[in-house]
Amino acid sequence: MPSDHSETGLELRTVSIRLDRQELLAVDLVITPGEIVTLMGPSGSGKSSLLGHICGTLPAQFDVSGQVVLNGRCLDGCPPQDRHVGILFQDDLLFPHLSVGGNLAFALPASVKGKAKRRMMVENALKNADMDGFADRDPATLSGGQRARVALLRVLLSEPCALLLDEPFSKLDSELRGQFRSFVFEQCRKSSLPTLMVTHDPEDGSAAGGRVINLA
Amino acid sequence: MLRFVPIITIAFMIGPVSAGLIGTLLPAFGILPALGGTEPGLDPWAALFAQPGIWQSVRLSLVNGLIASFVSVAIVMLFCAAWQGTRIFRAMQRILSPILAVPHATAAFGLAFLIAPSGWIARLIAQFAGWDRPPDIAIIHDPLGIAMIAGLVAKEIPFLFLMTLAALPQADTDRTAQITATLGYGRIAGWFKATLPRIYPQIRLPVLAVLAYSTSVVDVAIILGPTTPAPLAVRILGWLSDPDLALRFMASSAAILQLLVVVVAIGIWVAAERFIALAGRQIAANGQRFRHDGGVRAGSAVLAGLSAGALILGLVVLLIWSIAGFWGFPDILPRSFSLRLWQREYDAIGSSLVTTLLIAVPTVVIAIVLVLGCLEHETRSRHKPGRGAIWLIYLPLIVPQISFMFGLQVFFTLIGLERTLISVVLSHLVFVLPYVFLSLSDPFRALDPRYGQTALCLGASPMRVFWHVRLPLLTRAVLTAMAVGLAVTVGQYLPTLLIGAGRFATVTTEAVALASGGDRRMIGIYGLLQMVLPFAGFACALLIPAILFRHRRGMNAQNRG
Repeated sequence: MPSDHSETGLELRTVSIRLDRQELLAVDLVITPGEIVTLMGPSGSGKSSLLGHICGTLPAQFDVSGQVVLNGRCLDGCPPQDRHVGILFQDDLLFPHLSVGGNLAFALPASVKGKAKRRMMVENALKNADMDGFADRDPATLSGGQRARVALLRVLLSEPCALLLDEPFSKLDSELRGQFRSFVFEQCRKSSLPTLMVTHDPEDGSAAGGRVINLA
Repeated sequence: MLRFVPIITIAFMIGPVSAGLIGTLLPAFGILPALGGTEPGLDPWAALFAQPGIWQSVRLSLVNGLIASFVSVAIVMLFCAAWQGTRIFRAMQRILSPILAVPHATAAFGLAFLIAPSGWIARLIAQFAGWDRPPDIAIIHDPLGIAMIAGLVAKEIPFLFLMTLAALPQADTDRTAQITATLGYGRIAGWFKATLPRIYPQIRLPVLAVLAYSTSVVDVAIILGPTTPAPLAVRILGWLSDPDLALRFMASSAAILQLLVVVVAIGIWVAAERFIALAGRQIAANGQRFRHDGGVRAGSAVLAGLSAGALILGLVVLLIWSIAGFWGFPDILPRSFSLRLWQREYDAIGSSLVTTLLIAVPTVVIAIVLVLGCLEHETRSRHKPGRGAIWLIYLPLIVPQISFMFGLQVFFTLIGLERTLISVVLSHLVFVLPYVFLSLSDPFRALDPRYGQTALCLGASPMRVFWHVRLPLLTRAVLTAMAVGLAVTVGQYLPTLLIGAGRFATVTTEAVALASGGDRRMIGIYGLLQMVLPFAGFACALLIPAILFRHRRGMNAQNRG
């Protein structure tokens, strides 16, 4: 993890997003490392647009003001691949043309050199998620819960400095949801990532145990 | 670099059309210094209007183009209305998709072999009617051009059908059909009143392209069309190929006249669209249910099946003729089969395939690179192109080929590129680029943007996202677009003939050249040859991703979409 800046977390300084001159949302927020902040609001309230803005993939037709600062570094204008902001969507979005291991190796920074070492890191990550020996599997043959876990492992292997969760539990059935949710939160705290979660489900917010912000 | 790709692509499409139109317009008014034309004047027009039967040729082009387009559109719309969402509809979808790869000339030859007085159908009737000689009537090359209309209709139906198919999901057609059915409407009435108005704007440009093509077609008209006089475009080609160079001036004014014919045809079509829209609104509100439409539904299936069947049977007859020994009338099959002709033509076949590939490979590679560049730029800049862009893409498909090919030839001569591979490839690109773009843009834009976003957020550079995420996910779509491009360049007759000035003997120019000779065995061979490359292309587009991703089940779903 690049740590030339102090780890002050993710700051959204008076960020406001407008579409066709109409304000969708305005937030002013600091998320400290390891903290999980929940953003709740009806669909169309701009929650996902905010996440898109933070990771730098928001379509050009949106107007945005304010600043996004991660560990003291301003992210505005920085291309998405240089932001070190990871994102999980409600779909796992595993690349269907790559194996499970291929998906994870895709995320592993190039600075991790050597085929054997990269392979070992991928296998260790799988082992930590109780998915020993899954590296050569086709993602399409995995269960929903397993796919969700691989998606999280993939984000974590890319060594992000902040994590965004875009309703990542909404497509899992209720039993799996609880398990996967605690797995995600545990990993966020363990890696002390500032985490911003967007959700419809009040249970997600209470399970996160952090601040819950309701958008009107 | 990437941001210049759209401009370059547009230049490759619009540049030759503009240069060609100017190069045709000037000689049309007497200016062509290379042939001694320095004084502007109306002599070419006077010469043109003095040609015998010129207005008859114009009428043939205009009326037959309109009729062929209307019949094609009507059959496709009726069939979709009657059968959308049924098993017959899906069957037709599977039959028509590969037929799209059959070049126009091959389809026309096949049809000719079926319906000619000594064709298969006549032979079949002869078995029962006891004919021992072919009936003495002009079925192909008939003065009214009915055979030509039939050939155009049979070939345009698959194209329009697939275009409609692409538009259907955007109009929420399944639920609309449910609603009209529960309101008591018959299938066809419900579709025409509620779905057609939402589908038509989406297929309007392809329809206009079909209209422009049918009004100015050359190869199909040579094979099936009337000869005394021939439709305008065929006569223009005759004048352009005449050893008397002075005829080039008149040919140019005729090429401009051909452009006007297309403009008039489009004008009539658009006026008819307005009228139908106006009347349609009245009819939609009059409450007529047309509940019992079984007869019309059956009729539409018969018509669609007939057109597909004619194409397929035509291909079969081509194949049989190519290996026929003695085949007298009224025998259904030849007495003997032989590969003698294939063997004799072996070298010629090889060289025409090589020439075809020599043009096709660079054309398709340039086209796919440019189109991928355009779409990748669109994705990265996160800007949607405006409405105008789609008109630019259709422009080369709407301006008649014969109206700018001669001018383009003049232009290439001017810059010293006449009769070169470069100029032929450039002239093919004009038509290949739009089709490759139309084929690839839908799947490219339909790819879940979150794949790219996820990859970027994992720290991958845009370059890496393109090569390692987007391109592999779109393998099948890219290969299909390349196969479409290949089919288009292989089928090009006029650009190869005029810009190559006879130097490039491709399978298509060879096949059409055989039309006047009437050697059925040779036509069979070259008709089939025209299909070999497009079919091989589409087969690769199916097989390569299937083999490449045989251990990746998720890629099936990905590639179907």
